Amino acid sequence: MAKVMMKGNEAMALAAIKGGCKAFFGYPITPQSELPEYLARHMHKHGGVFLQAESEVAAINMVYGASGAGARVLTSSSSPGIALKQEGISYIAGAELPAVIINVMRGGPGLGGIQPSQADYKQVTRGGGNGDYYVLAYAPENLQETVNVIKEAFDLADLYRNPVMIAVDGLIGQMMEPVDLDVEVPKRDLPEKDWATIGTYGKREPVNVNSLFLDPQDLENHSFKLAEKYKLMKKNEQRYEFVNMENAELVIVAYGTMARIVRSALEILKNEGINVGLLRPISIWPFPEKAFKEFPDTVKGILTCELSTGQMLDDVKICNNGKLPINFFGRTGGMVPEPEEIVKAVKDMIGGLK
Amino acid sequence: MGNVVFKRSNGLSKKEFSYCPGCTHGIIHRLVAEVIEELGVLDKTIGISPVGCSVMNYEFFNCDMQQAAHGRAPAVATGIKRVRPDNIVFSYQGDGDLASIGTAEIVHAAHRSENITVIFVNNAIYGMTGGQMAPTTLIGQKTTTSPYGRDEKHAGKPIKMSEMLATIPGATYIERVSVHDPLHVRKAKKAVKKAFQTQIEGKGFSLVEFISSCPVNWGKTPQDALNWVKDNMIPYYPLGNFRSPEEDDKND
Ligand SMILES: Cc1ncc(C[n+]2csc(CCOP(=O)(O)OP(=O)(O)O)c2C)c(N)n1
Ligand code: SF4
Repeated sequence: MAKVMMKGNEAMALAAIKGGCKAFFGYPITPQSELPEYLARHMHKHGGVFLQAESEVAAINMVYGASGAGARVLTSSSSPGIALKQEGISYIAGAELPAVIINVMRGGPGLGGIQPSQADYKQVTRGGGNGDYYVLAYAPENLQETVNVIKEAFDLADLYRNPVMIAVDGLIGQMMEPVDLDVEVPKRDLPEKDWATIGTYGKREPVNVNSLFLDPQDLENHSFKLAEKYKLMKKNEQRYEFVNMENAELVIVAYGTMARIVRSALEILKNEGINVGLLRPISIWPFPEKAFKEFPDTVKGILTCELSTGQMLDDVKICNNGKLPINFFGRTGGMVPEPEEIVKAVKDMIGGLK
Repeated sequence: MGNVVFKRSNGLSKKEFSYCPGCTHGIIHRLVAEVIEELGVLDKTIGISPVGCSVMNYEFFNCDMQQAAHGRAPAVATGIKRVRPDNIVFSYQGDGDLASIGTAEIVHAAHRSENITVIFVNNAIYGMTGGQMAPTTLIGQKTTTSPYGRDEKHAGKPIKMSEMLATIPGATYIERVSVHDPLHVRKAKKAVKKAFQTQIEGKGFSLVEFISSCPVNWGKTPQDALNWVKDNMIPYYPLGNFRSPEEDDKND
């Protein structure tokens, strides 16, 4: 399989096409604009639709319509744009429609900045739209993992009839990296889309796509049904990687670009004879709570590292359930730390534990 | 065996309407259903229900339907039509939905000349939420949020959506109609047919604005409400055609 040098945003666009994406609706925003620009040039060659919407609000509702009519649909944006899409994401989850959403995160709150950030963790994993719902959310670490998960995401969305969000930071979007777009990804057995509004053509009764349940008993039944689906996702879709866990005295929990920096820090520490492991969540919803039960007994503490002031930290605390001491290290606003800063945070924590 | 002089259109399901007595939403539903059936496109039509009193009309139309977020029906319609260009796609929207929260979506659907049909029901009020002021509420009209009557110094003058949308180059067919008496019902049906034909012929964005009544929230009997349409609404919202494909052909 051939590796090619590609810019992150363009590779993500091509991965979507390879994943079977047939329609894209979006609105320009830095640092993800090369993604729609690539699709504007290429989508039609693959029999797909590209349309620039008047806003993120319109874009996500176009996704709703197209997905409801049976198409594999993508939208992409960055943090403030995702905020505007939350209304539509709630409707998509409520009506049980598949959709893939790429969020190339930037700093906030408000207009924030355009540099890499992980300050959307809560927006991604806790939604922002109304109601009892979740989206499957992945936070890959490098371009290869990103394109693989995007290709897989369309199957996952169809399987669960649920939005799937891929959250990367601007660094992955902007960086050139060698990447193989033809790596095989797992295929799922997918049911027929017999719920899609494509016209009856005299063959069946009309169907409707809908999130309204005026009878409270109906809405409770619907919400319980969704809850069962989320339980299944928690059971089957937790994804994570352990690095250097054997004899680790400390575990760092970090995802995405931050995990990459932590890897370099682990090397430095190893050379100094300090054994530190990494738990890297790949799915951030469902959060890999299973992993916390697999820590070796040597582990005496957890250091959470994020490109934010501490958002995933809450999930780490929930999974740790008071068992081990937890420290936090974060840079934010687009400031990306050097590995040495993490080395120092590790040493400070170990010193404090002794 | 007598002749059948009136029957339910096959474009409507058997479900009973949930509208208040005298509400003209029902007549408008029937006209849309009859036209879709008569044009022979019922089995390939996909409709979009709004948020408003007609929120549940996915149960009334006898075709595939999607229910949209408040004001977003034109965006949902765009998504459907772009991936299924051979289907017939229509949205059905109230004046709160289309002329207030959904102004961006309707303007840009017209601007792109989406090949869809919009049924716009202007009853000068928010029906479903209990009679609040809409952008279309007439000057002096009392609503629950304009209890002393709409004051133009405070709330501006009522918006004329058909006139405004007609200024957009992409708009192909725009007509305003009323259903306050049988003559106007017949004229309205012709407009609906023309709108769907515009779409069938692939000519682009079509919209029919209905001046409609809301007897309950206007505090009027059904007959007084129809009279109020004739005496107060139509003078401000003149009926007629604002854009047509023929006129566009001439200018090409
Ligand atoms: C985002 C959002 N805001 C507000 C509402 C509440 N709401 C429901 S219907 C409606 C107004 C509908 O009025 P209109 O479009 O004129 O339709 P009508 O009921 O008069 O037919 C509003 C504001 C909502 N459902 N969603
Ligand atoms: S509230 Fe008004 S618009 Fe709604 S059903 Fe009743 S009469 Fe019709």
